[in-house]
Amino acid sequence: MMPAIAMYGASRLVHLSAVDVVIIAFYFALVLAIGFYLRGRANTGEDFFMAGREMTAWIAGLSFLSANLGSLELMGWAGSAYQYGILATHWYWIGAIPAMLFLGIVMMPFYYISKTHSVPGYLKLRFGESSRTLSSVCFAFMTVLMSGINMYSMALVMKVVLGWDINFSIWVSSLTVAVYVALGGLRSAIFNEVLQFILIWAGALLIPILGLVEAGGWSNLKLQIAQNASAEYTHLWGTLGTFTGNPMGIHWTGIVFGLGFVISFGYWTTDFLVVQRVLAAKDMRSAKMAPIIGAAFKMMVPFIVILPGLLGLAVLPTKLVGETAAVATGGHSYNEVLPLMLARYCGPGLLGLGITALIAGFMSGMAGNVSAFTTVWTYDIYRALINKNASDQHYVSMGRWCTVVGVLISVGTAYFVMQFASIMDYVQQLFSFFIAPLFGTVILGMLWKRATGPGGFWGLLAGTLSSIGMWAWVKVDPSALRYVALSPNARAMAENMYRGLWSWVICVLVTVVVSYLTKPKLESELVGLVYGATAIPSEAEVPWYERPAFWALAVGIVFVVLNIIFW
Amino acid sequence: MHNSGISIWFFIGISLLVNGILIVGSGVWEVIHPPANPVVLFQLHANVWWGAVLLLCGLTYCIRYAPGRQN
Repeated sequence: MMPAIAMYGASRLVHLSAVDVVIIAFYFALVLAIGFYLRGRANTGEDFFMAGREMTAWIAGLSFLSANLGSLELMGWAGSAYQYGILATHWYWIGAIPAMLFLGIVMMPFYYISKTHSVPGYLKLRFGESSRTLSSVCFAFMTVLMSGINMYSMALVMKVVLGWDINFSIWVSSLTVAVYVALGGLRSAIFNEVLQFILIWAGALLIPILGLVEAGGWSNLKLQIAQNASAEYTHLWGTLGTFTGNPMGIHWTGIVFGLGFVISFGYWTTDFLVVQRVLAAKDMRSAKMAPIIGAAFKMMVPFIVILPGLLGLAVLPTKLVGETAAVATGGHSYNEVLPLMLARYCGPGLLGLGITALIAGFMSGMAGNVSAFTTVWTYDIYRALINKNASDQHYVSMGRWCTVVGVLISVGTAYFVMQFASIMDYVQQLFSFFIAPLFGTVILGMLWKRATGPGGFWGLLAGTLSSIGMWAWVKVDPSALRYVALSPNARAMAENMYRGLWSWVICVLVTVVVSYLTKPKLESELVGLVYGATAIPSEAEVPWYERPAFWALAVGIVFVVLNIIFW
Repeated sequence: MHNSGISIWFFIGISLLVNGILIVGSGVWEVIHPPANPVVLFQLHANVWWGAVLLLCGLTYCIRYAPGRQN
């Protein structure tokens, strides 16, 4: 990847005018101002790590989604849409919506009633210290890697688009995030994530609008894509009957069970990066509504991410290629499709806003990772294993320092990540290593009273190790792909989906077997943690149109209709 | 969120208002002085109307969530 960066440095896609620079500088000034303004409201642990648990459903919901709108969302999936077509939309719809609704309706009551401060914290309450330690260490490791990926992506974009020095981009953005999160804690991160969410839409929405105008509407766009690439690129489900019938080399079972069930549910319901935002909600109803609001907006994100990638297939005069080919030929890679489209339509002012949208996406993802890492490190590793009896003030101080240290580790990770050929595949591997088994442990913990502490721990460990083992197996012997992904034709993303599925199955099986071999917990120990042992507050007094279940159903219906329309 | 201190929506209003003013101003300048190498669909003057949308949204939020105003 480094040669690619060096090569791209020779040219830039766009030149910023003075007004563009002012818009970008104003954005940095505003996020720092928010951090300084909120520094006086982050004096206790509850304030710093949980934003005082006073967020409304809208703020928690938008922050929940914005924390996920990192560099991978904006750049990576636009590039994936160019490479794989509309199939990339699955990561936004079936790969997100059912899980987000499930989190809001089924799982949030247990997270919220248990008053846990983190997902590893819930595992401590449900399964004991060993499960918390395993998950918190895995999460902390994954989080700093993810943060490094965010930084790397941002720096690459700035290098490609603006010709900015990669070190300058990494250090300016990371130090800005470090300052506003260290000052204002989670509240500052959430405030800025909501602001970033609005700016992402304000800056990115024009690309699909103007792109559709140029292409002559959706129908003409499909015709042009069929001419330039293939008609398969505009079908969401119709080409998934075989591994070879679609650009991604994946079967519908991989999308439905691997992505739609295991990977998606694992990420959206157990990844503390996003769940932390919902735990900051002011009451139970807000906590349940926040993921539903997030799901409604998540369904619209393909309009500003996937559609620009598809438009690139139709209207860009040059064909984009993979990273390796781009380096060899001096052309542009898939991952550059979004900035290329931005440069195509946006003049002075709009260009600055578009670049600000990209930076905002990077920074919201980075801040999400850093604030979640800070909480897990302070509460689930430092307080649990190193210093159990310090004062609340001490833990807040630790959180502030941990924010800075976490950012510095992420910077180091950013340079490490540059060695990998494919950003997206790398992230998918991380997800399947840690997230899929974790979902198995959490869901059994919430829904099955018989699950025991040893069962949860050994299931989680077996699932994680088996996932890493399968990955290593295919690396050493590529022919093993036919067993792991059910087909020798499966590609990297398909392999990740199936590996996640198998690791989840192994986690569940081991948890069940070990649980039956060990002594069950008393029912009194499960109150507030498990379905059947927890009194869920009634919503009988709430009008039907204000109930989370009603809105979840509405979002679910739109989700089904969209899948049918783009079948 | 609104009762103690400045609302997040006010910050968002400020952001949209400032960006809207800058983008509209830039768009009007381009209408008067067309660039030598215009972007695709330049004739639609997207920066003028999109900037105006941002400006109006920002102004609305700034007024609606101004510090000290009861919501």
